[in-house]
Amino acid sequence: MENYLSLFETYDVPAAFWVNIQLSFWAAIFALVIGTVLALFRISPIPSLQWFGAAYVNIFRNTPLTIILAFGFLGLFSVMQISLASDLNASLFRIAILGLALYHAAFVCEAIRSGVNTVPLGQAEAARAIGLSFLPAARLIILPQAFRGAIAPLGNVLIALIKNSTVAAAGSVATESSGLMKTMIEFRSDLVIPIFLTFALGFVILVIPIGLLTTWASRRLAVAR
Amino acid sequence: MSAQQVLFDAPGPRARRVILIGNIVGVLVAVAVLAWILSALAGKGQLAASMWTPFLESRTWEFFILPGLVNTLKAAGISIVTAVLFGLIFGVGRLSHSAPIRAVAGSVVEVLRAVPVLLMMIFFWLALGSSGAVKPQDAPLIAVVVALTLYNGSVIAELVRSGVHGLPRGQREAGMAIGLTRNQSLRNIEVPQALIAMLPALVSQFVVILKDSALGFIITYPELLQFTRRLGVGEGNVIPSLLVAAAIFILINFALSTLATRLSVLLSFRTKGRKPVAPGPLVPEAAAT
Repeated sequence: MENYLSLFETYDVPAAFWVNIQLSFWAAIFALVIGTVLALFRISPIPSLQWFGAAYVNIFRNTPLTIILAFGFLGLFSVMQISLASDLNASLFRIAILGLALYHAAFVCEAIRSGVNTVPLGQAEAARAIGLSFLPAARLIILPQAFRGAIAPLGNVLIALIKNSTVAAAGSVATESSGLMKTMIEFRSDLVIPIFLTFALGFVILVIPIGLLTTWASRRLAVAR
Repeated sequence: MSAQQVLFDAPGPRARRVILIGNIVGVLVAVAVLAWILSALAGKGQLAASMWTPFLESRTWEFFILPGLVNTLKAAGISIVTAVLFGLIFGVGRLSHSAPIRAVAGSVVEVLRAVPVLLMMIFFWLALGSSGAVKPQDAPLIAVVVALTLYNGSVIAELVRSGVHGLPRGQREAGMAIGLTRNQSLRNIEVPQALIAMLPALVSQFVVILKDSALGFIITYPELLQFTRRLGVGEGNVIPSLLVAAAIFILINFALSTLATRLSVLLSFRTKGRKPVAPGPLVPEAAAT
């Protein structure tokens, strides 16, 4: 037991989780914005935008996240020498956020589209009947209801994003939790199982409340029909 | 059905002009972004012929891409089989008659779904490697397969459960009526039907397994990404190599996703009678892939 507790003096476990939370937070915001725009593209009357939205979703949804994040480090950072901050680690951190956001935007787009499908046809017809064109109808009638219908799938995307933030290890973000867990196990191989359980428990604590919260919110905010 | 068009009126002359202009602007912006990416790549010499010619040599495919692809498919293939087995066992466990079995299966599934696959992979890789229970060179493959099985098996268990819950109650009652026990009716009547209903979702889960097998890259499993990175470092064409690896994954996954959509259309005839007819969606589902 003392052995186990001494781990927390040597290694800063909460700080590693904090890195994952930060990665998830910023990636979630960017993914929500990009995903909403893509969903608008896909339901818009303009063929080129529809095509772009579909192509984006198909490409990013079918590419392993590991490749996207490894590309961020090996391709964008090393070869293209793109840096998003003056500091090396901050730059890798931001590139990882970019990769996570681009990947999950495809799933956000699909979640919002499934939300749009919960809006009855009559709503769109009513919007047209009172003379709203596409953008006002989307902004005032369709999207507000679609977001409420999309809370549960969006919650699932957020949960996936939090768990996937560990893959930032492939983008050389060394400070996040999967990297720290690897280091800790390598140095303290006598405590393999307690170390793993600690990190697993950390994610269970992070993820399960979000699942409960989004289930509750999706029921609470569901449009009564 | 062109239900999508219900979001906006049949365009008149003015709307058609707006759509035309929007279309042209959209294409121009897309072309501009593409040109900007290509010029950035060209600026770093990434579009030079020498960067891409290695992919025309048989050596590249024989020693890098195909062995990597074989390892990726091996890990994904084994994981698909074991995950389906795991899912069936725990899915039936969650539906079991006995409360303790239900509770155990339920908590195992919930916890495994909340733990990142990568953490499980790293844990099994290092734990197996240091325990000496398996040969060190086998540890990465086993870790990939075990981690993918535990996570995706839990997701499949949930699919089985929701598939059985989606069946009409009459199916179970008919089983009871002919004297089957609860478990017999589950095994012989409900789960086989649920499997058919969940087939599209199951195939989509195979896409997830294939994509997540690339996590093996982080624990030194020599899969496609690992091999293409080696190729890229050796030939000095990291970006083209990674793009080729991504393209291979996209092709396979796109084929699987298309299969899933086809299956769901095909099977909707078999499962049609089960749900009340819902009004048509605003956005056609067939466009989902």
